[in-house]
Parts: sequence; C-alpha cells; structure tokens
Amino acid sequence: MTFDLDARLAGPLQDPAGEAGYGPHPPRMGFFTDTSVCIGCKACEVACKEWNAVPEDGLQLTGMSHDNTGGLGASTWRHVAFVEQTAPPPVDLGMPSVPQGADEGEREMRWLMASDVCKHCTHAACLDVCPTGTLFRTEFGTVVAQEDICNGCGYCVPACPYGVIDIRPGDGRAWKCTLCYDRLGAGQEPACAKACPTDSIQYGPLDELRERADARLAELHDRGVAQARLYGRDPADGVGGDGAFFLLLDRPEVYGLPPDPVVTTRDLPAMWKRAALTAAGVVAAVVAAFVGGRR
Amino acid sequence: MSPREKTRVPAATVEAAPDFASYYGRPILKQPTWKVPDVPLYLFSGGLAGASAVLAELAARTGRPSLSRVARLGAAGGAVAGAGLLVHDLGRPARFLHMLRMLKPTSPLSVGTWILSPFSALGVAAAASAVTGIAPPLGRVAGLGAAALGGPMTTYTAVLLSNTAIPAWHEARREMPIVFAGSALAAAGGLGMLGAPIREIGPAVRLGVLGAAVELTATAVLERRLGFIGEHYRRGRAGVWMRAARASSAAGILGALLGRRHRPVAVAAGAALLAGSAATRFGVFEAGRASAADPRDVIVRQRARDERRQAASPAPGAAETSEPRMGRASARLPGRGAGEGAEGTSAELSVLSSSPTDDDGGGTAKGGRHAATASGVDPPRAADPARGRPRCGRRVRQHPARGGIAP
Repeated sequence: MTFDLDARLAGPLQDPAGEAGYGPHPPRMGFFTDTSVCIGCKACEVACKEWNAVPEDGLQLTGMSHDNTGGLGASTWRHVAFVEQTAPPPVDLGMPSVPQGADEGEREMRWLMASDVCKHCTHAACLDVCPTGTLFRTEFGTVVAQEDICNGCGYCVPACPYGVIDIRPGDGRAWKCTLCYDRLGAGQEPACAKACPTDSIQYGPLDELRERADARLAELHDRGVAQARLYGRDPADGVGGDGAFFLLLDRPEVYGLPPDPVVTTRDLPAMWKRAALTAAGVVAAVVAAFVGGRR
Repeated sequence: MSPREKTRVPAATVEAAPDFASYYGRPILKQPTWKVPDVPLYLFSGGLAGASAVLAELAARTGRPSLSRVARLGAAGGAVAGAGLLVHDLGRPARFLHMLRMLKPTSPLSVGTWILSPFSALGVAAAASAVTGIAPPLGRVAGLGAAALGGPMTTYTAVLLSNTAIPAWHEARREMPIVFAGSALAAAGGLGMLGAPIREIGPAVRLGVLGAAVELTATAVLERRLGFIGEHYRRGRAGVWMRAARASSAAGILGALLGRRHRPVAVAAGAALLAGSAATRFGVFEAGRASAADPRDVIVRQRARDERRQAASPAPGAAETSEPRMGRASARLPGRGAGEGAEGTSAELSVLSSSPTDDDGGGTAKGGRHAATASGVDPPRAADPARGRPRCGRRVRQHPARGGIAP
C-alpha cells in the first residue's frame, strides 16, 4: 500500500481500517438509518443507554415535540429527532399523520422522525485531532473512544463537524457512540439496531448497506417521494462518507445535521505550512528589530 | 376549541423568518469545552513566552543583558504558567502525561505538547542559569534551544484553533497565524519595555510596534474576509474584547513611539501592548464560542456550497433544484396562525378515531391529493416548525407509535 497523505486526511478511502494499519480484518461495518420508516419510539435511545450503561442525560421537557433529549452528546449516543411540518407528504408512507386546519382537505401535518447517531466518518476529525490516542479506528472501521486513556483535553469536541462527541460534565472525559464495539466483537449487532422495531436502523457491512440504501431510495423516488435523499452515503463527500448514513425526507439541516460537513484536517497541511512560514517570520521580525537598532 | 384550550395553545408569533432551516434553532456544533480564562490566557502566555525566547537570545548576543534577562524570565514564566493553565483545563488533570503517549502530526494539540514541553524545560533552564549565574554554557545552549522552539510556540496555537469545525476559527485559518504571531511579538516587546532599562529597550520598542501593527492589520483583514461569519468578532463578548484590544494596542504603539526615552511612558506603553495582546486572544476565543453556538454559520455556508455543487452536477432524481428559496416562508406567515390555532383539538380527535385500518384507506385516498407534490412542486413551508425558532409550548397530543408503517 502506498502512502498517500491526501487520502489519509480527506477524500474517498475504500478501507479505513486497512489504512489505519490492520492486517486481515472484517469488512467495514456501519449503520443505515432509514428515517422514512422511523416511528419515533425511542427504543434505540433506551437500548443504547441500557447496554452501554450511559448515565442519565437530564430529565427535562424541551418543548420540541416529543424530543426531550435535544441532541447527541456525551450521555446521549442515539437521539431521535421529531420534526413537525404542516405540509402534505407527497405520498403516504403510512407515517403517523393527522389532518388539521380549517380545511382539512388541504392541510396536513407531517412528522419527520430520525434517529441520529455518531457518523463514524471515513475521515474522523475527532480521531485525527485526539492527542492521546483515546480515539482509535477499530478493525470494523468504526471510531471508538477509550475511557481509560482520555484526559479530557476536549479537542475532539469542536473538531467534530456534526457536533456529536462531548465531554461529560462531572466525569471530564469525552464520550460518544462506540457502535457497540463489544457486541460487534461477539458477532452481535449494536443494541439500537437490535431494538429497532421497524428496521429503521439497519446494521451490516457498509457496502451491503449502501446497496440496500440505493435500492430503497430508488423505490421511494419511484413512488413519488422526490424529497427523499441519502445523507452521508457519498464516499466523495467532505468526510469521505459516513460509516453511519441516513435516508432523509427533507434537507439535512431540518433534522439538525450539517448540509455539507468537511473534515477540518483536510486543510491541515496548508495550515501547518502557513504556521511554519509565519514562525520563521517571527524570528525574522525579532532579528529585524535588532538590526534596525544598529543603523 | 374551548376557551381553556385557546389559552393553552400559544398564538403564532410572527417574526422575521430566518433565511435558513434548522432543528428548532439548535446549534449544529458543540461548544468547545475549553475553559475561560484557562485557554485564552494560555494562548497569550504561550505567545509571549515564544517570542520572548527569541528576543532573549538576540538581546544576549547583542550586549543587552537586562533585556535578555527580562525576556528569559518572560519565556520561562509564560511557558510554565501556560503549561499549568493547560493541565488545569483538562477534564482529568491527573492524566496530563497521557499527552506524551504519542506524537501525532494530525493533532495540533499533540504537536503543541511536543513543542511546549521541551520549550518549557529549556526556557526554565535558561532563565535559571541567567538569574543564578550557574553553568552559563548550559544556560546558553538551553536558551538557544528555547529560541529555536520560540517561533513555533507563537504560531502552532493558531493551527490549534483553526483545525476545528468552528467556522469563525476554521475559515480564518489564513490570517490566524499572522494575528497570533503579531500578538506574540507585541507581548514580548511590551514585556521588554516594561522590564528593561531605557538604554536597552530599543529592539523591544521596535518589536512591540511592529507586532501590534501586524496584529491590528491582520485582525482587520480577518474580520473583513470572513463576511457574515466575521460578525462574531464584532458582536457580543468577542466584540468587547476586540475593541479593547484595538484601543490598547493602538495606545501601546503610540506610547512606544512617543515615549521610548521616558521610562514611565515606556512602562505604560509596554503594559498596553501586553493588554492588547491578551485581549486579542480572549476576543478570538470568544468569537469561536459564539460561532459554534450559531447554527447559521454552519448551515448557510454549507447550504450555499452544497447548492453550488448540485448545480454543477445534479444528482439523478435530486429534488434540490426545484425547491423554492427558503426566504419565501415569511410571505406565508398568515396561514401559519390558522393552522396552529386549530391543531390542538383536531389532532387529538383524529388520533383517537384513527385505527390501523386508517393507514390503508388513508393511503389510497391521499394518493390523488398528493400527486401535485410528487411531480416536484414543493410543499408549502409556511408553518414548518423546523424552519423557525424553537417554539416552546407547542403541543400536539398524538402518539407517534399509533401510526402504521410501510417498510
């Protein structure tokens, strides 16, 4: 394998685990979350918490529909978003919906529900910037944080373009979805996928999931759901494609996802170059300050 | 609707619709957990230390022992204080040595650790030797080593901030090293003016003036080039810091130019340069925090980029191009009130009456009605809550699990 710095930091990369140095290893595993069949039951949130022993993340009512966890965080590794739109769905998917408004024939509310999770990026900024080696690439191509290494420097937090990983208050370390690394090792599927009653969360080899997602998207487009789109599926996107990708029924930002995320380390070589040049400039400036005095 | 329910359902608040969609107005990114003042103070002390180490070395070699000593103390003090601040900022300070488990070029924090650690050791050795007079040759070698790391000390922190997803930092990646270098030079010059006798401060004055001028110019360029993201450097807490920095640095430049022969003026000017440098760091840091908290920075920029790309190569079946501009939402606001007012009861009732058979029957009945939208006409976005601000108190008594699914 040839060493290619650019492929290391951004762009399409077929095999992140191999690139990370694994010899023979299992295929890259991931999630395909088909939000068109999500019913917002939050079984994934509960299963995740139960299996991973994730502590309580606050018991408050946000006023954001049925969403009372708000977003992903150190103690929320699966998060179900609830979007209420007063717009007719183009085609009935059997989604829960009720007619409303003065003229019921014209107004209808549609629900968008989506279970969000760490994207396990091909080029993971959190992993790239972690100075301690806490975050690492597993043999399954996923990104996992080791709690016995993390010293809570917090660099991964603003580095993540999706705002997933966070420091747990009172604990001081960074936490996020591990894609149930322990279960994967035992040949089991992650707890959230296991618990999902509608197969909205599908787990499997990423190549297979991508084929399945393409077929589902084509099916939805055939049925007239022109708004359906895949998010994080494209290996040529700013993070090299996501290990956990989605089928959405509206623009990503409606679900709280960035429309076009880019791994920050894509620009790192240029930044280092500029910093090195400027550092040389600092020395030159000090020299100039002394030379100027000798005149 | 009963009067009681009417009061329960909030009236639609007609406000200027944001020009972007978001999830209840929540930020996309996480706030940095780095603490204030720990981290911005380190940015300042690290820069001061780095530039001072270079200044100390040249002062020593040009026969300015007092300036050299002040600068050596500045380098050692800044580095030690900075290391202390960084350890204090950790979530698990007892694990600070974990930073030395690896050297990772993709992590500016890792690279910075390997710059700061030897720099601190060498800087302290050089300062100790200069103050105590013990082992001058070793002190000179240590001083040279610290000076060699001094340049990187002043600029690696710029990469540290820019190498994040926060738009106000990442998009400023071109100017940030120059801002930080100027800020560091101004601080080192300021410290020299503050601590060294008049006859030796010539280089410190020139350095302080040059550094502050670079700092002011680069900051102005940064703010302008960033467009609407640059607003975060002008507003709120960051704006206060940046204005204070400008005033202080400008006063420092003026004082340094006018009063370099008068010790009290030189001291005051030096202090002003130091204060300006520190204020710049706090301002930059606060601007990043504000930017992370603002979903607009992420969404509007990325949306525009995404649309440009889609226009260049439309994906098969993509509905993106036929979508109306989001700004249109505001024109439809009147309709939103009607929808909201009625939803409380009708939603409840129809859920109560809905049954599993509803799904089949409803599906076919809706088919015709939805044909218009299927052909690419976008649904109206008027009352789309996801496109507005968070609207608390909105309640639809409907259990989502009641609906059926069509896998």
